[in-house]
Amino acid sequence: MTKDTGGEKHSFEERLKSARSRQGMDPPPKAKGQEPDVLGSNPLGVGLRVGLELVSAFLVAVAIGYGLDKLFGTMPILTVLFIPLGGAAGVFNVYRLMAPKPKDESRTGDV
Amino acid sequence: MASGSGGIDALGQFALTTHLGPIGASVNFTQSNLMMLVAAVLTVALMWIGMRPRAMVPGRLQAAAEMGYETVMSMCVDTIGNEGKKFFPIVFTLFFFILFGNLLGVFPYFFTFTSHIAVTMALSLFVFILVTVVALREHGMHFFSYFVPPGVPGLLIPLMVLIEVISYLSRIISLSVRLFANMMAGHVMLKVFGSFIVMLGGLGVIGYPAAGLSLAVNTMLIGFELLVACLQAYVFAVLTCIYLHDAVHLH
Repeated sequence: MTKDTGGEKHSFEERLKSARSRQGMDPPPKAKGQEPDVLGSNPLGVGLRVGLELVSAFLVAVAIGYGLDKLFGTMPILTVLFIPLGGAAGVFNVYRLMAPKPKDESRTGDV
Repeated sequence: MASGSGGIDALGQFALTTHLGPIGASVNFTQSNLMMLVAAVLTVALMWIGMRPRAMVPGRLQAAAEMGYETVMSMCVDTIGNEGKKFFPIVFTLFFFILFGNLLGVFPYFFTFTSHIAVTMALSLFVFILVTVVALREHGMHFFSYFVPPGVPGLLIPLMVLIEVISYLSRIISLSVRLFANMMAGHVMLKVFGSFIVMLGGLGVIGYPAAGLSLAVNTMLIGFELLVACLQAYVFAVLTCIYLHDAVHLH
């Protein structure tokens, strides 16, 4: 009848939960990450992905430089300019892939 | 060139031929298109037939359908956040289209449409355009602040913007090449070791142990191919989700 049984219920739920986790019946709570572990555990996949990121940024930069050169008729200049930029973008991609995320750090701190 | 002289023609399997007789030839309906249709029909069939019993305790097919649905749903919500539910249909479609495309390729006489860069590039361009449109709709002109990383000194901003734009555009290439290269490499390996079996087997008694070894390798490769097929479909879907997350939240 009365609605203030909610507190009791809550405490029961909590006690049940703690009892379950004490007995190992519940799986440990999964941390909600930004990025599920795409990189996975296999190092070959990581290596391939890093290589691909480097090369793809480079290819895009060369394509842009070459296209602009064709457009403006300034043949080598813009390609030459864009090649180091492409390399930098590739390294930046890899950095973004590998950079430690602050959320991940707190997660590993907890576990 | 090598096919006539008894060499290994590893790339012949990727050649396109038209199907459905003269009608197919006139509209260029290739086996690649046929496999895409099959993949689409299989996806619909899995959902439709699988969910028909609507049983409380699901059977095998219903369990498969439900698990596929839940996997993609949790992928969307975990990666993108609560807004991810909006993008569930597109991610689901992409995931199952690629998954069935990859898996169909493992069967003999079937064709892997994801082993053509044209197909994967079209898919990744579609994702890229979708992500950009979503970002523009969510944030308007504010979207362009995505290209200016925070905490960069003013002098470096023009350089950083260029690098960021290149890095943003490189997603198209990395997304498409990853799927294409994985699928093509696997099928080339299968073909090469398959040719080894025939060529070494033709040598007579000396060749039999080596041919048997190649057969063993091919058996393992088929299993590996199944793993890669599922993994690459998953990776493509997850990366789509991550890009959508970036588009919805910016940074």
